[in-house]
Amino acid sequence: MSTEIREKGAWPASEQQPLAVEMREITKTWPGVVADDRVHFDVRKGEIHALIGENGAGKSTLMNILYGLLHADSGTISINGQPAQIRGPRDAIALGIGMVHQHFMLIPVLTVGENIVLGREPVTNGDFYDRSGASQRIHDISSRYGLSIDPNTRTGDLPVGLQQRVEILKVLYRGADILILDEPTGVLTPQETQDLFVVLRELVKQGKTIIFISHKLREVLEISDRVTVLRRGKVIGTVPTKETSEEQLARMMVGRDVLLRVDKQPAKPGQVALRVEHLNVKNERDLPAVRDLSLELRSGEILGIAGVEGNGQSELVEALAGTRPVASGHIWVGDKEITNSGARKTRKAGMGHIPEDRRGTGLVLNYSIADNMIFGRQRDTAFSWRGFVLLLSSIFSWAKRLIAQYDVRTPSAETPARALSGGNQQKVIVARELGSQPRVLLASQPTRGVDIGAIEFIHRQLVAQRDTGAAILLVSAELEEIRSLSDRIAVLYEGQIVSMESPEVSEERLGLLMTGGGTRTAQG
Amino acid sequence: MNAVLQILGLFFTAGLWQLALELGALLLLPALGGTISERSGVVNIAMEGMMLTGAFTAVVTDLVWHNALLATLAAAISGGLMALIHAVVSIRFRADQIISGFAINIFAFGLTTFLIDKMTNFQGAAHVPQAYTLPVITVPVLSNIPFLGQVLFQQNIMVYVALALLVGMNIMLFRTRLGLRIRAVGEHPQAADTAGINVYTLRYGAVIASGLLSGLGGAFLSIGINNVFLPNMTDGAGYIALAAMIFGKWKPFGAFVACMIFGIGEAIYANNSTIHISQYLLNTLPYILTIVVLAAFVGKSAAPAADGLPYEPGVE
Repeated sequence: MSTEIREKGAWPASEQQPLAVEMREITKTWPGVVADDRVHFDVRKGEIHALIGENGAGKSTLMNILYGLLHADSGTISINGQPAQIRGPRDAIALGIGMVHQHFMLIPVLTVGENIVLGREPVTNGDFYDRSGASQRIHDISSRYGLSIDPNTRTGDLPVGLQQRVEILKVLYRGADILILDEPTGVLTPQETQDLFVVLRELVKQGKTIIFISHKLREVLEISDRVTVLRRGKVIGTVPTKETSEEQLARMMVGRDVLLRVDKQPAKPGQVALRVEHLNVKNERDLPAVRDLSLELRSGEILGIAGVEGNGQSELVEALAGTRPVASGHIWVGDKEITNSGARKTRKAGMGHIPEDRRGTGLVLNYSIADNMIFGRQRDTAFSWRGFVLLLSSIFSWAKRLIAQYDVRTPSAETPARALSGGNQQKVIVARELGSQPRVLLASQPTRGVDIGAIEFIHRQLVAQRDTGAAILLVSAELEEIRSLSDRIAVLYEGQIVSMESPEVSEERLGLLMTGGGTRTAQG
Repeated sequence: MNAVLQILGLFFTAGLWQLALELGALLLLPALGGTISERSGVVNIAMEGMMLTGAFTAVVTDLVWHNALLATLAAAISGGLMALIHAVVSIRFRADQIISGFAINIFAFGLTTFLIDKMTNFQGAAHVPQAYTLPVITVPVLSNIPFLGQVLFQQNIMVYVALALLVGMNIMLFRTRLGLRIRAVGEHPQAADTAGINVYTLRYGAVIASGLLSGLGGAFLSIGINNVFLPNMTDGAGYIALAAMIFGKWKPFGAFVACMIFGIGEAIYANNSTIHISQYLLNTLPYILTIVVLAAFVGKSAAPAADGLPYEPGVE
């Protein structure tokens, strides 16, 4: 609905507005790393101030310091003109600062109401939790800001967009005037993002100040009044949003010109590399997740799967990768049927898999990068003697080659994967999966949470792999990524492919199809 | 076949149920302790050691002061002190909680055995005169109800205490602000911390409470059910309580049901002289009963999400 463009100059956050937040000379070091280096950061009352930078640039550290979760080594903070000592979240809350964390700070087994009031629970007769009192107060706040929600739902049952709403309500319930949102759109669908922006504009209208951490430049340009860019712990600059551009911000973030579009030739599809027939897969709760799905993927093409999360993408990819049982149907890689043959045989047949959950299933975080780079291939004669004894020197030289080729920023091949930034962790996985030159590559959210420089790199690698004849199935929540990389787009809705589209399809049409509409319209 | 009928026959005697409730209550105290500790996110397998410490302290205090109430309080405090070690090691120093708990169990066994040896040379002087033990309360009138009167109203005072604590714990965990916070800390300490809740304070409190409850259980064992301290006299009761807590899905009443199953099994075992079956086989009964009940009714167990994970603030 009201995604109206702001009129220039029509905002309260003029230069005369007093400062809500002043952070001066903030320095924070970790062993061996300077996370923030004498950072100055000002936020005016009533503005939406975007804080952008690549992973590891120091955005989250800076905001955790403002919220009291971390302590700066040096520097001062003033809130609303008053010097402030923020020793913990309690102090921050008392100063009217609230934070919506990137990884939601919600307890899935508690109700929405309990999550919202936690830490400031209304009580009766001493210490008894006053459930109806909590519901009443939540109702007051949610109607005031137009954020309706049922306080008695179990939080874990809510979709991500609503969980975020709970987070925002939590912050408002505590009376926050300054809201920090750490990568709030990272997990949202385009529609949920638009809903969030409506909420943010409403909040600003009611006098709130918002700090919006992101690395999605288009969103920053859409929602913010000013932008501060951090790079490697230093402030590169603060610019008014209306005087900047995507290209300029990308350059400030990365320190060089960044190619924002994917440069690729038309696909030259060859043989069918992956064939799926009447596939049915169930989810954890034993409900159908993929329903009678058939598709063909040829070598030398990228097939994008567009869909709102939770419509069977994860289950589809896992079934194809051999890590989830197939209820019925068939999967072939080339002419070899791999249905229900397990991950090892599936890999052997030429399937590569970049899993969506980088930290959970993509890597063993405590293992070295070298070890992580051969997972799945540890029985190969190149890396082990008869599948029993690992050949460490060949593993290391292989790892070193991949580290150089894929530009993984790491002190050494022995460094545990845990120590790398998200983008570099993802590069390790991409290097491993592409390094084995799979016939079919399942790329699930290959750039989620990865910063702009690394996204550019991973995209180029995927296209290069396609051009050497790999068949790539790309699943992504980013429509922009799907549209720019794919040669064909399949729209998944409730476990079925509801439409096949060309990459020129409009974002609106995709959005409509993804939410179950528009299938009867003739294809354009 | 005969033995099975004999066992079934026991279920119609009030004596069996009376004993089962007593033994169930004995297990319930440490099981409640484990429940509160693990609800706050600290795995506690040290109820055994805390209980043993409590049993020892109760006897020694009672021998010196001739006061069962004082002895019981001292037992609870000694259990609490043992728990404090576990709390410091696993909360402050973020050590592995299983290892810490195991160490406490071994330490408590060694310490109490050493001390009782020093004091008595195992010459039986650790006997507490009956007059100074925890009394059996026979509720007037109600205890005259046939069958139920004997089961419910002729019990050791600690049985009533344990049942009151069961109700109290359940209300505390699920109806009060404190309980909500303890559960929050055990599920997602980062979330609780960012909501302004002090994770450390609550975890310390919950672990110490588990020690107090286990210590009470120890006193019940040594100066209630028995009137003596013997080395390793808990004989795995703390571990059975741990199992009961898990089988009870980290819920007080769930733990109580599991404790009662064990209690019934042990009460049957106590009648082994009248049952014509190997007493060793009979001794496995509580465990078999538990497994059967578990498999049949309980389903997937649901530990608190952050159970056993040390909390380190602000880690990205």
